[in-house]
Amino acid sequence: MLKEGQYRNPSGCAVSAVIDRSGKPMSGRRMIDSIAVMHERSNGLGGGFAGYGIYPDHKEFYAFHLFFDDRAARKTTEEYILRHFEIAYSSEIQTRKLPTVTDEPIIWRYFLAPLPRKLADSHLDEREYVARCVNRINSGIDGAYVFSSGKNMGVFKGVGYPEDIGEFYRLDEYEGYCWTCHGRYPTNTPGWWGGAHPFGLLDFTIVHNGEISSYDANRRYIEMFGYKCTLRTDTEVITYIMDYLVRKRGLTLREAAKVIAPSFWTTIETKSEEEQREERFLRRAFPSLLITGPFSIIVGYDGGIMALNDRLKLRSAVCAEKGDLAFVASEESAIRRIEPDLDRVWAPAGGEAVVFELYGKEAAR
Amino acid sequence: MKVRYILPSFEVLRNESKCTACRLCERQCANGVHSFDPKRGAMVADDAKCVNCHRCVCVCPTGALKIAASNDAYRANANWSRDAVDEIYRQAQSGGVLLSSMGNPNTYPEFWNRLLINASQVTNPSIDPLREPMETRLRLGCRNVTIERDRNGRLKDTLPPQLELDVPVMFSAMSYGSVSYNVHAALAKAAERLGIFYNTGEGGLHRDFYKYGKNTIVQVASGRFGVFRDYLDAAAAIEIKMGQGAKPGIGGHLPAAKITADVAETRMIPEGSDAISPAPHHDIYSIEDLRQLVMSLKEATGYRKPVIVKVAAVHNIEAIASGVARSGADVIAIDGFRGGTGAAPTRIRDNVGIPVELALARVDERLREEGIRDNVSIVVGGSIRSSADVLKAVALGADACYIGTAALIALGCHLCRSCHTGICNWGIATQRPDLVKRLDPDEGAERLVNLITAWKHELEEMMGGMGINSIEALRGNRLMLRGIGMTDSELGLLGVKPAGESM
Repeated sequence: MLKEGQYRNPSGCAVSAVIDRSGKPMSGRRMIDSIAVMHERSNGLGGGFAGYGIYPDHKEFYAFHLFFDDRAARKTTEEYILRHFEIAYSSEIQTRKLPTVTDEPIIWRYFLAPLPRKLADSHLDEREYVARCVNRINSGIDGAYVFSSGKNMGVFKGVGYPEDIGEFYRLDEYEGYCWTCHGRYPTNTPGWWGGAHPFGLLDFTIVHNGEISSYDANRRYIEMFGYKCTLRTDTEVITYIMDYLVRKRGLTLREAAKVIAPSFWTTIETKSEEEQREERFLRRAFPSLLITGPFSIIVGYDGGIMALNDRLKLRSAVCAEKGDLAFVASEESAIRRIEPDLDRVWAPAGGEAVVFELYGKEAAR
Repeated sequence: MKVRYILPSFEVLRNESKCTACRLCERQCANGVHSFDPKRGAMVADDAKCVNCHRCVCVCPTGALKIAASNDAYRANANWSRDAVDEIYRQAQSGGVLLSSMGNPNTYPEFWNRLLINASQVTNPSIDPLREPMETRLRLGCRNVTIERDRNGRLKDTLPPQLELDVPVMFSAMSYGSVSYNVHAALAKAAERLGIFYNTGEGGLHRDFYKYGKNTIVQVASGRFGVFRDYLDAAAAIEIKMGQGAKPGIGGHLPAAKITADVAETRMIPEGSDAISPAPHHDIYSIEDLRQLVMSLKEATGYRKPVIVKVAAVHNIEAIASGVARSGADVIAIDGFRGGTGAAPTRIRDNVGIPVELALARVDERLREEGIRDNVSIVVGGSIRSSADVLKAVALGADACYIGTAALIALGCHLCRSCHTGICNWGIATQRPDLVKRLDPDEGAERLVNLITAWKHELEEMMGGMGINSIEALRGNRLMLRGIGMTDSELGLLGVKPAGESM
């Protein structure tokens, strides 16, 4: 059977996210309950979660989560890791056996710090160094796949319904200030765990519902800057676009949102001079990163989440607030399930970025 | 006894029962085909002079005329076509180089028709352009930016000058001299109304048309005709013409007969002298010389205008484009071997260069591989015949298309391929005042506006079908194309999958 990446696999999906802006940790159970409501939006061929603030005791280390097909792949990968990183701690990720989750690969976790000498010799920024190592393992070592690589956060994903994947990874035993999750309805039949979502790069993770029509225009453009779209999924290319715009080019998240889901020219013409200047510049500078076709995405990152719809709002996305808590989901029911009594519920307009961050994060920038 | 070697290609068929001998055909035919025979009291035709421009057929008030391909035939020969034989007769008689006009008409493989377009079904929605906004607007030019902020943290506009088009189509270079004043007037007016650009070609810019400057691309070609400060200042962009798809590797020759007083003044050459553009630019013998001309033109215009470099699609187009993309140019225009011309040596037109589809696909890919695709926009021309060709070009990687022949057809051209004779009955490729006045610039502009507006609607329909609502999300989106009836290597060169193969 062809692996994810050897063909293009568009999928419909469910997404949900919650953040406690005061930074108070909450159990992963919440997200499991939320996504379970949207069972019908998945088809059992992929589910996953990203938790932020889940590794407070190892927060200074890059937490790598890896899938291995076999021991040999693990051995080769560990040799590679040892050449580039100091391993602070490593172990198999504890899972719960479930009848609904089968054919799991070997799943390991490593807390890593780049070897100072190696890092200095590379003349790279530390994050770029780590990103390149991830890329090297994923494209160069057969049977090994890094699916999480940020600090104090982690991605947990696999083939199955998302609520089952959550139980499988025992997410009720993790606590974080923010969770995002994804249930997948692929239109092909992947049997590979690496193909599930969220897709992550460093602390950036993306869950996405939709099928973008601009895929190949976006892919061929972003690959000019050293990214390799090996999975050939929308989520992967959107992640790289966000990484490129925010980490490499220094745009803010909201500016990046105006690149990928810009206002129509006719709408821009009705805006204030200041806004026109900014939006025109962004559209003119990065036209090939405009994303068309239906999408609702939730970007997770260190200290916040951003929700964004395509500019025609061809996919649902609902936002809500309750005290310090903020929510985003494909359906309101997924929010009501975990917080029936909300202060505010609204559906953001197409192309309108909604950002929820830890208090003080915006000011710190 | 005089033997006629070359027999007429066409036969003028006149329905005597409809013909009223009003003699309009006689007055309209500059080739002198029709005449009145007083003895018979009827119209007669000299088939040998007919070029099949269809002017007489189109104006005949009683619909009495028809032009047919002559069914007189040489003995059938699969190897020696009639054209091949006639051309030998012609050269045996004249001792000269054969001349032809308009694009290569021969049966070479063609790729636009072998590309099929995608549409949405179920997994994502198509978009109805009548109900949702659909953007065909784009910008041409360099997109290399540095992200800089002012002291309030606002983004600074660091982009170099670009051209804004409402539709990804422009009128390609046709010089005043090769075409008439009224053609230029129609193109300029239409470009202004459409929010696009027309191109002066290498014949200078007539003083009457300076007012259309913001929709004008002026050309700097090897003859440098008409190039001076005001000319450069008037334009929205400057195009350096290095080559032309119809005649790569050679220059141009506008015969003295077409250098009327007005044309001479616009070109800045003496009236009645031949206007000869050299094959190369004699200040550009290599790529570093091109860079000097690009930068000189920018310096001369205060870095306010994008510079386009137009090249013919030839075998080594990838490397040429790579060089151009590093020359400081903002746009590279690639002209395919089917591209039109007012006159070209037949052998060159019919045998030199490559199809623009292949050139475009390879150049786009090469510039991406080298990470310099943002340095330049790509404009392609050389037989763009419909909105479907435009859409396929954009999906292969073009930013926009140039149309020349299609624009002339909209103005009445019937592709008789006799531009080099200078007696175009449609008032297009001629300087004879009585013929030029047949083309009404206002009506011509209207027809051009209609054509491009129709194409815009069609583009919107096709884009909407694919679920794409911005032309920018189509650029280089090759997954939206599939090839049919192509070899593996052709598919590979175009970077598209065969029809039937899924995502």
